Amino acid sequence: MLERQDMPRQDPEKRRSNFNEVALGYSHEQAVNEASRCIQCKKPLCVAGCPVEIDIPAFIKCIADDDMEGAINELKSMNALPAICGRVCPQETQCEEVCVLAKKGEPVAIGRLERYAADWELENKLGEAEKPESTGKKVAVVGSGPAGLTAAAELAKMGHSVNLMEALHKAGGVLVYGIPEFRLPKSIVQKEVEYIERLGVDIQLNSVIGMVETVDELLDEYDAVFLGTGAGLPSFMNIDGENLSGVYSANEFLTRVNLMKAYQFPDHDTPVKKGHKVVVVGGGNVAMDAARCAVRLGAEEVTVVYRRGDDEMPARREEIENAKEEGVIFRLLSNPTRILGDEKNWVRQMECLDMELCEPDESGRCRPVPIEGSEHILDVDVIIIAVGTSPNPLIPKTTSSLETSKWGTIIADDNGATSKTGVFAGGDVVTGAATVISAMGAGKIAAKAIDKYLNSNNL
Amino acid sequence: MPFEIIEKSQIVPTIHNMIISAPRIARKARAGQFIILRIDDAGERIPLTIADFDRESGTITTIFQEMGKTTAQLSKMNAGESLLDFVGPLGNPSEIEPVGTVVCVGGGVGVAPVYPIARAHKEAGNKVISIIGSRSADLLLWEEKMRDVSDELYITTDDGTKGQHGFVTDVLKELLEGSGSISLVVAIGPPIMMRAVAGVTHPFGVRTVVSLNSIMVDGTGMCGSCRVLVGGETKFACVDGPEFDAHEVDFTLLMNRLQMYQDEEQLAMEHYKKCEREGCQC
Repeated sequence: MLERQDMPRQDPEKRRSNFNEVALGYSHEQAVNEASRCIQCKKPLCVAGCPVEIDIPAFIKCIADDDMEGAINELKSMNALPAICGRVCPQETQCEEVCVLAKKGEPVAIGRLERYAADWELENKLGEAEKPESTGKKVAVVGSGPAGLTAAAELAKMGHSVNLMEALHKAGGVLVYGIPEFRLPKSIVQKEVEYIERLGVDIQLNSVIGMVETVDELLDEYDAVFLGTGAGLPSFMNIDGENLSGVYSANEFLTRVNLMKAYQFPDHDTPVKKGHKVVVVGGGNVAMDAARCAVRLGAEEVTVVYRRGDDEMPARREEIENAKEEGVIFRLLSNPTRILGDEKNWVRQMECLDMELCEPDESGRCRPVPIEGSEHILDVDVIIIAVGTSPNPLIPKTTSSLETSKWGTIIADDNGATSKTGVFAGGDVVTGAATVISAMGAGKIAAKAIDKYLNSNNL
Repeated sequence: MPFEIIEKSQIVPTIHNMIISAPRIARKARAGQFIILRIDDAGERIPLTIADFDRESGTITTIFQEMGKTTAQLSKMNAGESLLDFVGPLGNPSEIEPVGTVVCVGGGVGVAPVYPIARAHKEAGNKVISIIGSRSADLLLWEEKMRDVSDELYITTDDGTKGQHGFVTDVLKELLEGSGSISLVVAIGPPIMMRAVAGVTHPFGVRTVVSLNSIMVDGTGMCGSCRVLVGGETKFACVDGPEFDAHEVDFTLLMNRLQMYQDEEQLAMEHYKKCEREGCQC
């Protein structure tokens, strides 16, 4: 049997100083070879591992048969954003993890094949999207991240009139402000957004729902509302010195770099502090993204400080390896206790404590415990805090009878229905910060529920 | 959907009045709130306090001072041209209640955002005493507009070219010493002025509100760039403010954080001037 095909990537030395995409994608030959590794299971486990239930063996068979159009049709029938998912989905813990081939060797590279088919379409095919007959029903989708884009696409395909509201000046949510260019080129996001528009979705930028219009007001104008507003509120550690100049939330640092293109300053107006010695606190994908941006901006030394160990880092293994290749230093089992500044309020040092892991608690994760007397000081001039985010309270605060949990997430049932009639929600705003694909899955489920709601007799 | 500039004029040297067509925002705008704008695709997002709004004509008035690259570029734009992005209203509106006597203090370009607040207090039935100040007579703005919404109006200039020679705080102190009936002081201006106002009112125990102009990116609570320390707690000026209890605000931190991009601001300005001189390639 053929070996799993490696995907060409930019050389680490070279990519350290540019924002171009790191993974370069399969050649046609590699894609066909990889596709031919799929044994076309009768009862494919991979499909069950996919949050949007793509018929994975079917699209892979099309690639193996060199039927690219068939492949993209299979993908697009279940997933409106395959070029994005092919790049940022954690396939290793979803479809590829359960691939039968993984039992004895390496799983089929499902994500890379998805990317190949989606990129083929973007380069070769983009025709008019089919517009079904109008149902005459109007839906407002709030937030244009993965959940909102997916819900909007699905609802438009069902014939509903969809307005997609975005607070920022570009559509895409975390796909444009959070995930960096070198992992997900913004031109790809733009093309996927254009596809959503071709489906008939009307995108209204610069629309902060809760301020310019409330959800209650939207309900006067629309038959249903979907909230996919994500988890955009950055968490801080609440330690001394967090408000010093040079201390960023990962959201701010990434928004400046990605959405505002601070890496092209001063050709683009928004600046960001590049730093000489940068510390990123956290071990998730956002921390990896921030660290790798800092490397590319030209910092001399970039260190990830994480309170648990290597195995416990929630970031994708692939991204951790990429970061290491690019020279990011990892200080594991280390936790910041305070940040020290100079007389002009600039960050200069960070004090950390070494940690050790004790027995796993009920949640199964090892709890880190500080080692007494292990305080030590790191020199640093930029700190990026990537310890998580929670939902923005703006909409719950301005919407009548919309129930939220103590974590600030909107409470919704398995179909995305909230406590408020006609209002549905999905993605990070319901689950707390999670993955692009789980948000897309939620958007898709909610779209079905909204369709059912719109077709019910009480409207 | 670009946002057209309906009117644009220089009110006093370096300070400009700009009226933007934004019906959706005008419908909702209230005193004390702000907008964020972006001129073009390479532009930064800057917050400007709403100085006035007209729900019928669907316009928002902003007043800005030439400070850095973006405001310099804005100052060159004219009626008929458009801004790429204009978003709002953002932040919490001012709390307007019948409280008795309210002193509204505006310093420099801060007179503009104080105006709709003074007007709202007047409409709520409060007695409005306004103190407006600037460095010099030629930099004083909106005197007549302020007079129209104030029961009493005091003017100060740093150089004595108009009104009382001195600072807005001098008049404020005299008012506080002369009357026990002031229930609220609202002050908007440079941080150093707002700190001075807080210092003057504190011994009198008069509730004092300031509007903070920290650096922002999204303006919706997403980035935390605008964080300020109020009563020992970190707050986001964009969603928790922009108005806060002046006696609780850490003004030193605010001023330090406002300096954060000084070097970059200079660089951006030089780059902009070079583009203007030599034709822009970027």
